[in-house]
Order: sequence, then C-alpha cells, then structure tokens
Amino acid sequence: MSLTEQQMLANIKDAIEKNKVVVFMKGTPSQPRCGFSAAVVEILNGMNVPYVGVDAIEDPRFRHVLSAHSQWPTLPQVFVDGKLIGGCDIVREMKATGELDRVVAAATR
Amino acid sequence: MADLEEVRRLIEAALPGSLVIVADMTGGGDHLTVTVTASQFAGRTLIDQHRMIHAALKQKMAPLSGEIHALQIKTKTSGD
Repeated sequence: MSLTEQQMLANIKDAIEKNKVVVFMKGTPSQPRCGFSAAVVEILNGMNVPYVGVDAIEDPRFRHVLSAHSQWPTLPQVFVDGKLIGGCDIVREMKATGELDRVVAAATR
Repeated sequence: MADLEEVRRLIEAALPGSLVIVADMTGGGDHLTVTVTASQFAGRTLIDQHRMIHAALKQKMAPLSGEIHALQIKTKTSGD
C-alpha cells in the first residue's frame, strides 16, 4: 500500500518534530546509496549522538514532497531540533569548524 | 547536462561582482562543484548562502528533472 503525498508530508513533519537529529538521505544509514549521504552518516556516527535516517528515494514522490516542504533541492538534508541545517557540504563545513558539535549538543542536551 | 558557462553566468547575474568557479566532477555535466566568492555572503549563515546559489540555479536543479543532479557548493566572503 503506498502513501498519499499528504501522508508523506505528515510523516516528514512528524519525523522532524519528534527527533532531535534527522537525516533524509539516499538509502539508509546502514546502506547509503550515495556518497554524500554516506559522508553525512559517517560524520553523525562519529559524533555518538542518536539520529534517525529516513530513506528519501524509496518512493520517487517522497523527495518532491520533502523538497517542497524544506525548500531545499538536494539530498541529503539534515535537520537538527526541527530546523534544516543543510546538506553534505554544510554539515562537513560545520563539523570542521566545531559548529555542528555545538548545535547538536545544544539540541540533545 | 548543464552548460558550465551558463551555470557561471546565472550565479554571477544573481550575485553581481561575485567570483564563480564551476567544475565538472565527472565529465558528464551533471555533477558540479561551484566555488563562489561574494561580498553578498557577509553576515549570512551557510544555509542562507547556499540557498542564494540554489535560487540562482533553480530551473537547473529541480529534483529528478533537473540538469544538475549533484551540486557541491563552497562559499567564501572574500578571496582569501
């Protein structure tokens, strides 16, 4: 049974609201299907924080619903404390400057 | 696939005075890296800086249908 786009949007909002750190990605954390998604997962795994990975390409409509909601065109998309912080480049850059550790620590404190 | 020169022009038009370098990561014209140095980035968060570039390339990077499948972005405020 496939979800309607309204149900997908509800699930997206629910995941963002109920989890401090969420990554919408290609594939899953254990089986990323894109190098950029894999890079984000590797960074999050290395931080020892709980996060939820959502496969955004299992249903081709899902990423359209997600991008319309987030106003962000590409995957992965990382949300911390209900807010989009960015994709792979931003997460990498924030990790390098220490900003990522700060915002994640503040969110999961 | 995207025309690299057009990608450069679109970003420069959106951010007048910026320095834009577009690189093709795979030779296929759909996995691009853009390095943009613009004074307009000053005081903006990284996510806002990236959104400014997404906006400039909007018609080229719609999910699935867009010419650009992957876009790596590096933003700088000044040329250091």
